[in-house]
Amino acid sequence: MDANIRVRIKHTLGHFTLDVDLNLPASGIIAITGPSGSGKTTLLRCIAGLEQAQGDDNCISFADQIWLQGSKQSIKTEQRPLAYVFQESSLLPHLTVAENIDYAAKRSRRRNCEPLGAQARAHIIKLLDITALLAQSPEQLSGGERQRVALARALIANPQVLLLDEPLSALDMERKQEILPYLEEVGKVFSGPILYVSHAMDEIARLADHLVILQAGRVLDEGPLASTLMRVHKPIIWGDDVMSVLQGQVALRDEDFYLTRIDVDGSPFWLRGLDKSLATEQRIQVLARDISVAVAEPGPSSIVNCIVCDLESIFPPERGEVLLRLRLPRSEQRLLASITAKSLQQLALIEGQTLWAQIKSVALLK
Amino acid sequence: MLLAPSDVDAIVLTAKLASVVTFLLLLIGTPLAWWLARTSSIFKTPVSALVTLPLILPPTVLGFYLLIAMGPEGPLGQLTTALGIGLLPFTFSGLVIASVLYSLPFVVQPIQNAMEAIGERPLEVAKTLGAGAWDRFFTIVLPLSRRGIITATVLGFAHTVGEFGVVLMIGGNIPAETQVLSVQIYDHVESLQYGQAHWLSALMLAFSFIVLMTMMLFNRKGLALGR
Repeated sequence: MDANIRVRIKHTLGHFTLDVDLNLPASGIIAITGPSGSGKTTLLRCIAGLEQAQGDDNCISFADQIWLQGSKQSIKTEQRPLAYVFQESSLLPHLTVAENIDYAAKRSRRRNCEPLGAQARAHIIKLLDITALLAQSPEQLSGGERQRVALARALIANPQVLLLDEPLSALDMERKQEILPYLEEVGKVFSGPILYVSHAMDEIARLADHLVILQAGRVLDEGPLASTLMRVHKPIIWGDDVMSVLQGQVALRDEDFYLTRIDVDGSPFWLRGLDKSLATEQRIQVLARDISVAVAEPGPSSIVNCIVCDLESIFPPERGEVLLRLRLPRSEQRLLASITAKSLQQLALIEGQTLWAQIKSVALLK
Repeated sequence: MLLAPSDVDAIVLTAKLASVVTFLLLLIGTPLAWWLARTSSIFKTPVSALVTLPLILPPTVLGFYLLIAMGPEGPLGQLTTALGIGLLPFTFSGLVIASVLYSLPFVVQPIQNAMEAIGERPLEVAKTLGAGAWDRFFTIVLPLSRRGIITATVLGFAHTVGEFGVVLMIGGNIPAETQVLSVQIYDHVESLQYGQAHWLSALMLAFSFIVLMTMMLFNRKGLALGR
């Protein structure tokens, strides 16, 4: 069955108007991003029903359930089969961790979510590693522990849609790195769509399958992660961190040099480390500023990665910086490279020509 | 023991009155406080002022109006007569009604403050976990305003025990019916029975002191626990 989330909302809050029309995939992690004040959280709150979108054309549906239809029909938040993890203080302060989880579990049947069996519950508690916290009260937990409990509670409610509102933003870098693997696990075990609001590109590149970019209450762009990143809405979203995300397979492990080769549609990318096993699917990230280009095959160099590709398009220069979109041979995947406007002129680059991209660093994503 | 049988009657009556009134106050005051804490209705301010009025109004004024309202010509009096209950002044029921009105702010305000302090978040969390409005009220609002409710119970009870003016206006001085402790002490002083007055006054003093101290200790302990 088609279990897409359809959201058509025009909702005004003071001076701000959220005006979106989206048809989101039925599974996977859907990242919703944009600058602060772009309406990310408002969109999520509207989907959850925490914010009442006013207007006759508004419509929110999931699979065959209509959650909101104009002013005529609206299902209350507590009856929508969803779970929501807030930025912080998601836990009920007067209940222990175990009681918080029970609170969710007891109420899941009321909104047509099948309550989880004891075994599945135990599995989730183990997955998020909160067994030792069950008897504690929320105020005794660290920020990271609280978010893990909130995630476990959300999963144990067994919702059909999972809404995460910047679940990592209240944590410091170290804590964040600690929680990310758990979020990846959640992404794997949860079968329905996960809407993930975040402004952190590193989280999105690592977790998301689909990307929605909002700006001033409107959808600027939307689509599968890698191709949406390629369309570059640079200053708006990523500042200096323009990046490409590529999907490949682990093809070779060179134990002598402690290197792993990942093939992206036949193009080899080497990176340091041996912790991935052969033939597994792997997502890698390349920052645009880590790529330099040459018009002829470069001579011997300490740079390990040199990929032949076609210059597909040249973006207009901005403050002396030019972005190039490079197409990998025999592939639909693209790389973004950042060069100076001066280099562009000196090399006399034209669209369609062959370039050698030298890549200083490649990072593994998941 | 130096307490006369009429003194014991007064103590029992006072305890009974305070218990009934506190029970009714919590029953009325809790939903009223919740409404006041949440509403943005234009009636919020006038209702709030009305509830707080007994704090500053002389008890005799409140008692006077109630006496008129519950009397044979008053709307309440006519209603109770029509219902076959008879007239309320100088009865225990009349005292209860007057005391509920008189002590209402002492119950509503602490509960309302506690409820306002809960904030929106725990309620939103409960919504997303599948809890409906009633469910949220009983599983989130009441437990999280527990301290305010306990304070309100203590204050409501103690304030009812200590009232004098309203009781005198509405209830008069009928032994074992409306003659509560404070009125009894007044009687003793009027008839120059200072010994009796001393005993009862000391009893009231000790009671009030213990109540207040217990409440303060409780609140401090609660603060230390961060809830």
